[in-house]
Amino acid sequence: MVKCIIWVNEFMNTVIKVDNLSKKYIIGHQSKEPYQTLRDTVARKSREISKRLLHPFLSSSAQSFSGTEDFWALKDVSFEVQEGDRLGIIGRNGAGKSTLLKVLSRITEPTKGRIHLKGRVASLLEVGTGFHPELTGRENIFLNGAILGMGKTEIKKKFDEIVAFAEVEKFLDTPVKHYSSGMYVRLAFAVAAHLEPEILIIDEVLAVGDAQFQKKCMGKMEEVGREGRTVLFVSHNMTAVKSLCEKVIWLESGHIMSIGNSDMIVSEYFQSGTNELREQTWENPEIAPGNDKVRLHYIRLTPDAENHKGQISLETPLKIEIGFWNFIPEAQLNFSLHLFTMEGSYVLATVSNVFAAEIGIVKGACYIPGNFLNNGTYRVMIKIVQDSKISVFNLKEALYFEVIEDRRNSDWYGKWPGVVRPKFKWNVT
Amino acid sequence: MSNDFDLIIEPGKGIKQYWADLWRYRELFYFLAWRDILVRYKQTVIGVAWSVIRPVLTMAVFSVIFGRLAKFPSDGVPYPVLVFAAMLPWQLFSNSLSESSNSLIASRNMITKIYFPRLIVPSSSVIVCLVDFLISMAILGVLMIWYHFVPGWRIFLLPFFLFLALTTAMGVGLWISALNVKYRDFRYIIPFVVQFGLYISPVGFSSAVVPEKWRLLYSINPMVGVIDGFRWSIIGGNSQIYLPGFFISVGLTLVIFLLGLSYFRKTERTFADVI
Repeated sequence: MVKCIIWVNEFMNTVIKVDNLSKKYIIGHQSKEPYQTLRDTVARKSREISKRLLHPFLSSSAQSFSGTEDFWALKDVSFEVQEGDRLGIIGRNGAGKSTLLKVLSRITEPTKGRIHLKGRVASLLEVGTGFHPELTGRENIFLNGAILGMGKTEIKKKFDEIVAFAEVEKFLDTPVKHYSSGMYVRLAFAVAAHLEPEILIIDEVLAVGDAQFQKKCMGKMEEVGREGRTVLFVSHNMTAVKSLCEKVIWLESGHIMSIGNSDMIVSEYFQSGTNELREQTWENPEIAPGNDKVRLHYIRLTPDAENHKGQISLETPLKIEIGFWNFIPEAQLNFSLHLFTMEGSYVLATVSNVFAAEIGIVKGACYIPGNFLNNGTYRVMIKIVQDSKISVFNLKEALYFEVIEDRRNSDWYGKWPGVVRPKFKWNVT
Repeated sequence: MSNDFDLIIEPGKGIKQYWADLWRYRELFYFLAWRDILVRYKQTVIGVAWSVIRPVLTMAVFSVIFGRLAKFPSDGVPYPVLVFAAMLPWQLFSNSLSESSNSLIASRNMITKIYFPRLIVPSSSVIVCLVDFLISMAILGVLMIWYHFVPGWRIFLLPFFLFLALTTAMGVGLWISALNVKYRDFRYIIPFVVQFGLYISPVGFSSAVVPEKWRLLYSINPMVGVIDGFRWSIIGGNSQIYLPGFFISVGLTLVIFLLGLSYFRKTERTFADVI
């Protein structure tokens, strides 16, 4: 028995070794953008100098306060990946998943720690990176291939395969600006899918395209895994993670919470309750999510019942309130709420009426009746739409909440099938 | 367990790796340059026309103002040829400056999603300017035929001066592109630098008009050496290079290039975080 383990170990080949990896970001409270402007820097420096001249005895630390704060996106993360492993990375928004991928694919440098890598690494953090709308499909295949690290001869060899996979034969010499969004995504994924690195890093690329194409992509990714290549996969789609990966890392605010068999970790993640996020508030419109048109003030979910606290059960009616700063003068806006299960299925979308909004804080609420959702965890996405057609803002992970079943009037204890579980009127005689 | 890892990622390391990567990603460099050229000249016929009209008009204006009105000496060389020989490197310089200053911001999407040596981005944008340079070169050829002007053997030394011009442009371009990522309002300075530089460089006039005692000081502008070199090799004849000044210009060019490169390398690792 012991002999056997040693034998296996000799043939297990570590291709990624991460030691105490940490990544620090510096967040400025004054500016919402990561970059500075020369104007501000000059102004600040001259302010500091004049202060120093006026108060020469002030300690230097008091003077150099610049309103910044350290934020550790990753803290002491260590793990190993063996050759041929398919490793899933899960965790809530802001847990450090994307930062980990970015450090692994060398887009950004770690602050501390070390990574050892063996073999060619290709990262797919987004499909279609570097696509140029003026260039034709054919030209973009070569360009995108080169960006992803393929050589010209390699692209030439796979060219026909890529075109066939993307189903764009007829439009090869049309500039991609005339492509439909479906065609665009198909072409972009096709190029990426034909990369042949030893280590492939993928971030949620499956969230694009129609259902049929998603299936095709999943098939392709499984194929990649079967070929013995190492795959790192970040997703919120737990079904995809479970079916694609045999091992999972669960990240939580920059730390590894748990690592191990994917079925086990995914269910642990679900049960932990840390996946609930019932309220988000931003007091400062400078740093709130959004853009120069709208910025989110708050979004919260509460049980819409008197004296109700704690867990949301099947019967609990829910109220989702949204507040945002509107910067568009005389805007015709409307909200929409979108519900997803943690497996990634689209449960529903509900749209508010169009209303005229003035500049300032705009509030709204949506009510979900009790006895409607199934038990399980749901993700809420919100969208703000202008003139019923232009999406001005959308937050994919606005809220997470879990509906539990606290009592059941039957002897059967399995999970009820379906994404909803409404109570309809029955007439049985 | 084998320990022969190909790559170690650590904070503040990877200089050796960097140059190897630059070589490995050379195809990306070709492709980006190819993309920029394709897009530039594909969009419109005007794209090509523009790179003809601009230098020709500037040349005409300069010839009239400096040659006809101000009556600057030209040593018997047709004034348009004198101006155009200087406009070749100046245009290359000013275009690469404007192109490379914005190049990193324009490729933000790639920089935040994919790893590659970032040096590729500003350098491939300089290549596009080289195409404009070649077009201007052809215009100069036409101009020379028109004036029945035959260049001497020195024209064969032009590639050396072209290399010098490229080094200057790259050096300044690297500085500016990196600074532009950090200070987003830096780009507003570029048009000013370009316009100002046009008048303090000997584009509209021969640097021979500068009084002897100021020549050395004048050569602190690295473009003076480059432009004088271009004139010397294209026009030939009496045009002389003021050697002490020329060496100062070349030396400064090298210093600017090396400093630009090291500044770029130093800030490059944080590009993805701040862009």
